[in-house]
Amino acid sequence: MPAVDLKELLQLRGEWMRGEGPDSDIVISSRIRLARNLAQFPFLSRADDAVRAEIERTLHQQLVELALGGQVSYFDINQLEGIDRQLLVERQLISRELAESHGSRGVCFNRGENVSLMVNEEDHLRIQVLHCGFELDWCWQEIGRIDDLLEERVTYAFNEELGYLTACPTNVGTGIRVSVLMHLPALVLTKEIQKVFTALQKISLAVRGLYGEGSQAMGDFYQISNQITLGKSEEQLLKNLKDVVPNIIAYERKVRQALIKESRQQLHDKISRAYGTLKSAQSISSEETMHLLSSVRMGVNLGLIDDLPIPTVNELFMHTQPAHLQKLRKTSLDSADRNAARAAYLRQRLSSAHDGNNN
Amino acid sequence: MHITELVKGEAHEVHLCEECFQSHVQNPEGVEGALAAGAMIKAPALGEAELEALEKLVCPTCKMTYREFRTQGRLGCAHCYIAFREELLPLLENIHGDTHHCGKFPKRAPDDSQKRYQLIKLRNDLRLAVAEESYEEAARLRDQIQELEGRISSEAAEAE
Repeated sequence: MPAVDLKELLQLRGEWMRGEGPDSDIVISSRIRLARNLAQFPFLSRADDAVRAEIERTLHQQLVELALGGQVSYFDINQLEGIDRQLLVERQLISRELAESHGSRGVCFNRGENVSLMVNEEDHLRIQVLHCGFELDWCWQEIGRIDDLLEERVTYAFNEELGYLTACPTNVGTGIRVSVLMHLPALVLTKEIQKVFTALQKISLAVRGLYGEGSQAMGDFYQISNQITLGKSEEQLLKNLKDVVPNIIAYERKVRQALIKESRQQLHDKISRAYGTLKSAQSISSEETMHLLSSVRMGVNLGLIDDLPIPTVNELFMHTQPAHLQKLRKTSLDSADRNAARAAYLRQRLSSAHDGNNN
Repeated sequence: MHITELVKGEAHEVHLCEECFQSHVQNPEGVEGALAAGAMIKAPALGEAELEALEKLVCPTCKMTYREFRTQGRLGCAHCYIAFREELLPLLENIHGDTHHCGKFPKRAPDDSQKRYQLIKLRNDLRLAVAEESYEEAARLRDQIQELEGRISSEAAEAE
């Protein structure tokens, strides 16, 4: 029996969204994922329905018995309606690929929503650990613990020359992706962000949007992650990010301070207008909401807005997305109705924000 | 996606998005066209004979052909890595700039593999230490490597 009902998710706030942790003004969350496959089964491109189902059964059982800590939920993705799959994508608990593919597949996550294990995504198993702020060491410790626990129960596909074997050769070796989700509005505003991208490419780090591969950078959010998985140890790959990210943080802060110093009035005006629009709009798209919330978030961090806590801003980013909005309204809405419902939700949340009604 | 292409012994870096990478895997000449402006990829177009040869390269475990892999970009099973080893190594070199794992190792792996793994890791550490000009560290690592190599070969001799 699932410990978390999907409806209940709306009342909860993932641990990683608390808006705390080191450098949380700029780093939203730190994440590590490991790609693993079971030695006794073919990869998914060669698994027919029966084999997929068997992999799913095997991992399902192992995962729920695992001492992940706290209550754990497991969902069979096939049993979920489209909107619930979308909800899990918006909460970063599953990938778009898992939501949209076919056949037996599932996800297991804990109540804090900082550990999620996807079954039958591109590989048999994708383990993911998240933490708010710039906190990669914690993620590595936790994911290492979970990986070790699983390794006692199952035999992973592993080869001493090439390491953990994955369906795509781009993940072979460590199977690790270390990523940091950053909010970089000042670098975007001043177009300095391009320099950051160029520099990151040179050192084999990838830049992606909010929802990973192929997604657009919405709301000035960027995921920085390692590209290489073979030939370097997990600690080296972690260190790469740990060395580089502070430079980006410092750069973003420097540009923010320069903006304050050189064009405070203009910046304050832009941020106040964004806040004003969110508080009073009657119809607003998801994209515009992300864009304006991004300005507001920077405004809060710069002290230009003082009646709105960061966790509330983080929550608004999530709750204004299509599936969340429709779940909150308990009805399915077309795009125009969603825009009106989104505007109403924002007006209500932002008018009560300073009354401390933000939990 | 960052690919380092080795052309006539010189390293060239090519940046591709996820999709282009996939098409690079299945159709290198197409990417070459796409990147015409800064074209650095020198992958020969495949003739019929070569395509047929790829078709004959089959993984005995899952029956995937190497040609199928080039089309899909996904391998069929763990054994494909062994069956297509010769073809995959240059690809891995391109993607990762390396062909040897030196990270985590399953705890339940046989002791002998553990030692070999440790050897791979130590050699990697040594390479880094030399690059960083940490010569004391490098000397220490070199001793460790020699000792471990000795242990592996003496154990192998005992086993015979």
